Amino acid sequence: MPRFNVMENYLVPKHTILTSKEQEKVLADFNTTPSQLPQIPLIDPCAKAIGAKAGDIIKIERESPTAGTSIYYRLVVAEWSTVDE
Amino acid sequence: MVSYQYIPKKISRIQFALISPDEVRKMSATKIITADTYDDDGFPIEMGLMDPRLGVIEPGLKCKTCGRKVDECPGHFGHIDLAMPVIHEGYTKLIKELLQSICRACGRVKLPKERMDLYLGKIRELGDISLHPFQFQTMTDQIRDEAMDSMQCPHPDCGEKCKAISLDKPTTFREEGHKLTPKEIRERLERIPGEQLPLLGINPEVARPEWMILTSLPVPPVTVRPSITLESGDRSEDDLTHKLVDVLRINQRLQENRDSGAPQLIVEDLWELLQYHITTYFDNQTSGIPPARHRSGRPLKTLAQRLKGKEGRFRSNLSGKRVNFSARTVISPDPYISINEVGVPKEIAMELTVPIRVNEFNFEQTKEFVLRGPEVHPGANYIIRPDGQRLRLTDKNKESLLEKVMVGYVVERHLMDGDIVLFNRQPSLHRMSMMAHEVRVMEGKTFRLNLPDCPPYNADFDGDEMNLHCLQGEEARAEAMIIMRVQEHILSPRFGGPVIGALHDHISGSFKLTYKNPMFTKDDAYHILSRTSYKGPLPEPDSVGEDGVKRWGGRTIFSLILPPGLHMEYPSAIFTGDETSRKEDTYVVIEPDDSGRSLLRSGAIDEKSIGAFKGKLLEKIVRDFGTDIGRQFLDDATRLAIATITLIGFSTGIDEEDIPEEAKLRIQETLDDAERKVDDYVKKFNSGYLDPLPGRDLKETLEVEAMKTLGRARDQAGQIASRYLGLGNSAVIMARSGARGSMLNLSQMSGSIGQQAVRGERIQRGYQGRTLPHFKVNDLGAAAKGFVKSCYKKGLTPTEYFFHSMGGREGLVDTAVRTSRSGYMQRRLINALEDLKVLPDLTVRNTSEVIVQFLYGEDGIDPSRSVRSEPFDYDDIIMTAMREVD
Ligand SMILES: [Mg+2]
Ligand SMILES: [Zn+2]
Ligand SMILES: [Zn+2]
Repeated sequence: MPRFNVMENYLVPKHTILTSKEQEKVLADFNTTPSQLPQIPLIDPCAKAIGAKAGDIIKIERESPTAGTSIYYRLVVAEWSTVDE
Repeated sequence: MVSYQYIPKKISRIQFALISPDEVRKMSATKIITADTYDDDGFPIEMGLMDPRLGVIEPGLKCKTCGRKVDECPGHFGHIDLAMPVIHEGYTKLIKELLQSICRACGRVKLPKERMDLYLGKIRELGDISLHPFQFQTMTDQIRDEAMDSMQCPHPDCGEKCKAISLDKPTTFREEGHKLTPKEIRERLERIPGEQLPLLGINPEVARPEWMILTSLPVPPVTVRPSITLESGDRSEDDLTHKLVDVLRINQRLQENRDSGAPQLIVEDLWELLQYHITTYFDNQTSGIPPARHRSGRPLKTLAQRLKGKEGRFRSNLSGKRVNFSARTVISPDPYISINEVGVPKEIAMELTVPIRVNEFNFEQTKEFVLRGPEVHPGANYIIRPDGQRLRLTDKNKESLLEKVMVGYVVERHLMDGDIVLFNRQPSLHRMSMMAHEVRVMEGKTFRLNLPDCPPYNADFDGDEMNLHCLQGEEARAEAMIIMRVQEHILSPRFGGPVIGALHDHISGSFKLTYKNPMFTKDDAYHILSRTSYKGPLPEPDSVGEDGVKRWGGRTIFSLILPPGLHMEYPSAIFTGDETSRKEDTYVVIEPDDSGRSLLRSGAIDEKSIGAFKGKLLEKIVRDFGTDIGRQFLDDATRLAIATITLIGFSTGIDEEDIPEEAKLRIQETLDDAERKVDDYVKKFNSGYLDPLPGRDLKETLEVEAMKTLGRARDQAGQIASRYLGLGNSAVIMARSGARGSMLNLSQMSGSIGQQAVRGERIQRGYQGRTLPHFKVNDLGAAAKGFVKSCYKKGLTPTEYFFHSMGGREGLVDTAVRTSRSGYMQRRLINALEDLKVLPDLTVRNTSEVIVQFLYGEDGIDPSRSVRSEPFDYDDIIMTAMREVD
């Protein structure tokens, strides 16, 4: 078990894994496919902390200076493309 | 005309590979052996760099390879067989890593058998590498690191000890000090077994590592490096040709020397020279070697230089191109055109054209353009036949061509009043840098621009030039009209207020018209209003004099250009909030009368009402009544102001900064006082009695106290001076109403200029222990550290002048540094964001429809439709609601 839970830090927004029903709704609402969603790597501390698996969609509720709360979705991916330099 | 058939295709993948020497020879139209280009008669020499088989550049000739003419023949490569192999400058890093990962004797990757099998298995598992490029990259990096760490060949049948390999930039490899020749390196790379190449990140199907060492050099077609004939008849060759000549010469000498068995030393020198020429042929800015130069001393532009940087192929020819139907000239002001318009010189209007497709409805009209021809203003320059053939109109052929024109033809007519064009000023930093204007054809040679349009373009008239683009399609014109027209940009998306608004004299003028509500006779009132679009009668007079003369207040006149039903209340720019400003004079109240017409009840119309960036009245009118009425109001308000200011007269002179003798004395006393105080601090500091401020040492404390004391003294001097500078003073009117200048400027003119600073500190630099030889060493007093006691009106002493120049210089350097740095930042931001778009569902996506934001700006609000970055004008809503309750 990790000694710290990042989810408890006040700077970390709320992450939840969508159920398959919710997933379908999000994809339909935005008329999109999972591959067109922003991604989050499996190794991301938040994804790890909530036990996400590749293919899951994570809903993130962030505090926003303009909108109060803003909602964001990220697809969990095993392979994270990084660009060096 | 050449017709090409375009077959649009989607690129599914691009594969990069190394080119092999065999391939170079296979695609070569000829081998190049001689460094000479043309013979004495000017004909290209066979197997020379200008061999006719390499393509055609002279009109009329046919290509010896493909038989096509100029512009049809794409050009063909040749090749040079190198006498000795040479390293490709671009691959040195990779070559070094390869040499370090393989055994110097057997050429196998330095991994034990089981590790190698493990990795090879993993790579096989990965399948199609192009689907997992990053994973593959990570894995080969790891493999290479592991192989490089091994100090001995792990293969039992070899066991060779490893030697350290180093790279002397740019192309010299050494093995424990001993130089490795390209030939030796090539032999080592040749020994790497093909099946082990994937471990090193190389696909053996398309590349062999030894191909990074060149044995034959492709010679680009002549179309890539055309020679130009100068007026004198001399030929001038392209830089690439010059470089290839060098390569060929040295190659030839190297071959001769080697074949005749010349001493090793000479061969090696020539070999190195060949390496230098080929390296600079690829990139003439390779670090570690001097760039190859032209005879004139100019560095040659070789392959890399053609592509790199601002003047390179990408930024100069692909990301940005020169365009047709555009014009550029100096701009000058015209306050009598609308903000939506641009004045275009007749000469330019007769050069730029708009294509008009002839149909049965415009047939007669378009014929008139053709009849007038290219030399009379609303004429035409070209007609285009339905088959695409362009016919130039001249005064001579216009009658005969007129007969031909019929439905289906296109007539390119001159630019005319009312045409929509794009107008732009560089640097184009925001979307308001390019806006759509309506053309007004005028005499003169400059573009004319109404002054409220200056802030969005950041233009002034000290020689600025601007570009104009003439739109060629109906769709483009419609789109420009709807989304790019100037009036659509009055409210800025940056802060939700107006970027386009009244400035300078517009503000002085409307201030003069409305401050303390001056009275105007019927003649004057009509005169002022005649400049606006107001068409109605004058209202009832505000006063009738004893002599029976009717007079109208400035506020009444201003009210006539307001749209109906306005309710507003806010302080003017001159409102101070204390007893010096009467509410009646400085607090704007606008409300409708019984018939609904808006009336300016009190206050002065200044920067806070109609100014760019600050004008609340303008902002509200644009927001509540739309851009059409907003534009009309701004046009009218500026014209009204200009009419007023020209009627009343408004001028300023140097005596505006005069203050009475007693005031000068008091200022002098204040400044002397401050200087004495600073001297006291210095004395305390020198004798060690100064108490340090918390967190600061003695020296810092002295500086802080001195700055504070002198700053306060400057402010006091300003205040004393301002007491004599009232609103009867034109300079003060400009400063207080926000037209131009500030009260600080005025107090520096008649009070004191104050402390000069470099890097936020009093001036420290100069000689040892002192700033200038005019002062004693270690003088820490006010004057010695850059305090300017004088005012601009009085003039500066020589030492003050010097300090003032130091402070001024810092300002100039700062702006120069800031613009270049922020320019680069802007470029990077734009490159990262340029293809993002907001979709109708308010998501932000890129070109492959990948979502970047699920709701634009997280709140879905267009900032240019927001109220100073709030979604609604809450105060206004409450005020309206409360009025309705009453
Ligand atoms: Mg300028
Ligand atoms: Zn050809
Ligand atoms: Zn070995």
